[in-house]
Amino acid sequence: MLKLLVNRFLTALIVLFGSLFVVFSINYFLPTDVVDTLMSMNSSDPEVVQNLRRELGLDLPFHTQFLNYITDIFHGDFGTSAIDGEPVINKILTQFPDTVLLTLASICIAGAIGLTLGVLSAVHQNTIVDYVARVIGLFGISMPTFWSGILLILIFSISLGWFPAMGSEGFSSLVLPSVTLGLVGAGFIVRVVRNSMLEIIHENFILTLRAKGLSERVIMYRHALRNALIPAITMIGVIIGDFLGGTVVVETVFARQGVGRLVADAIVAKDLPVIQGVVFFTAILYVVINLVIDISYSIIDPRIRRNQLGG
Amino acid sequence: MKEVISEWKDEKRFIIAKKKLVNIRFPKFKNFFLWISILVIMFLTSCAIVPEWIAPYSPTAMRSDQILLAPSLQHLFGTDYFGRDVFSLVVHGSRPALLIGVCAVLVSSLVGSAIGMIAGYVGGIVDVIVMRIVEMMQSIPGVLLALALAAAMGPSFRNLVIAIAISAVPSYARVMRGQVLSIKNRPFILASRSIGTANSVIFFKHILPHSYSPLLVMASNGLGTAILTSSGLSFLGLGVVSDIPDWGMLLSQGRNYIAAGWWIATFPGLAIALFVLAVNIIGDSLRDYLDPKKRMV
Repeated sequence: MLKLLVNRFLTALIVLFGSLFVVFSINYFLPTDVVDTLMSMNSSDPEVVQNLRRELGLDLPFHTQFLNYITDIFHGDFGTSAIDGEPVINKILTQFPDTVLLTLASICIAGAIGLTLGVLSAVHQNTIVDYVARVIGLFGISMPTFWSGILLILIFSISLGWFPAMGSEGFSSLVLPSVTLGLVGAGFIVRVVRNSMLEIIHENFILTLRAKGLSERVIMYRHALRNALIPAITMIGVIIGDFLGGTVVVETVFARQGVGRLVADAIVAKDLPVIQGVVFFTAILYVVINLVIDISYSIIDPRIRRNQLGG
Repeated sequence: MKEVISEWKDEKRFIIAKKKLVNIRFPKFKNFFLWISILVIMFLTSCAIVPEWIAPYSPTAMRSDQILLAPSLQHLFGTDYFGRDVFSLVVHGSRPALLIGVCAVLVSSLVGSAIGMIAGYVGGIVDVIVMRIVEMMQSIPGVLLALALAAAMGPSFRNLVIAIAISAVPSYARVMRGQVLSIKNRPFILASRSIGTANSVIFFKHILPHSYSPLLVMASNGLGTAILTSSGLSFLGLGVVSDIPDWGMLLSQGRNYIAAGWWIATFPGLAIALFVLAVNIIGDSLRDYLDPKKRMV
């Protein structure tokens, strides 16, 4: 078990280092940099620009800059905003709780809808229940969040007045944004759960259970569902990545506070350090969450544990 | 006599071909939706190719006497705050919206599958290095990577295509590598190798034709994702700026007038959703059709 943990942890570290490298390379190889943003607001005297570049270490060779960047990151320094000079990490941390709340609520909604519909549609394969669930699943993955969000605002806040259209105060303002994101996740989960349930239903051990005379309900919910859950959990890991990206749009549509909104505003202001800081911060989160999921289901399922240990 | 035989052969071939055609079957439920999806795609694609023939008004014509009119027979989707006809805007907006998606999918599927297939075929240290790089790129969620790239490169058609394509490359590379690995050691490849066939011939003549089906499925589902991403970027203000806005930009403009006119934001979004839905349905049918295991169920 310890070997597995160390193994997973080391892989995660390597991947993190890699994503750091990717984010840095984007920064390095592009024609524009922080100085251009700074200069667009002030006069652009070539000598001033040159001095500023030297001061910020932007004239150093690639590997030296990369080393400096890594050292800064390890000291918790994600750079400073090109607009107001505030450290990026402070900006991220103040906005972070709202985004976590939104993501968690969305996952709960996605999981609840996705699992229920996925199981129902597999158990009642090729009936009207199945068709409806599949159509909802397809709609979930096909609707752009900025559109479904606007539709929800139109229906539930402008016409019916049940929930506020924007803001991030209180529980009621959380409902519409999390439903918007949750529907996307639900679409993915419905499809995965349905497919894995159908695969498992055709396996031999289900036949054995039927021969043993167990009721259909026990077979489906006690035995088939348990085995179908693993791909669903893996899917949640993937979905979290989509959610973290999706919050940019959803937080903009609902005018909520959050890390996504921070990026959206930084895009408008061309504040590159903030964008890069958030992208890397998200990558860390994404890797850590997937590490936890990886380890957790190798604890749940002995077969995976055995395979991963190569034995 | 010769003629009779050749005629007979032709006829036999024709019957076989006809049987094959008849045997193409999709599950019943999908059949109906599949045809509707094909129709939707055909309509929206023709909008993108010849918008002038379909749109009743010019997308740039502003009529100050027809501001914020609700949908009617005259203006199918109503008019916006400048008095422009929303239906014409949606029809004309299809070109930039679809073009970016299609180009991004072409670039990412070609580059991604080339990387993956070469890594899989060559193997060894090349494979290890390439796949590690791919994994690193995958550690950043696709939407965010595209967003960071687009923001850093600045909004232009070419940059958007590159940003969206790069964020999709890793998944193509992974799948195609797996596909090549599974074919590489099949007996017919080994046999071909044992009689001294050149590597390039084996790659292009034997491996390539056997690995296109997952690529096709991925590309068709990838088109949906690419269009969602590009319209999302455009919605956030990273789209190509022009006097003919694409669907994402139309939506973000319409959002400001949502209380005054629901139709401005609703219809461009509907176009995106319908197109992506249709592409996904076709992708699913393709997967079911190309996967013999699924066809049996």
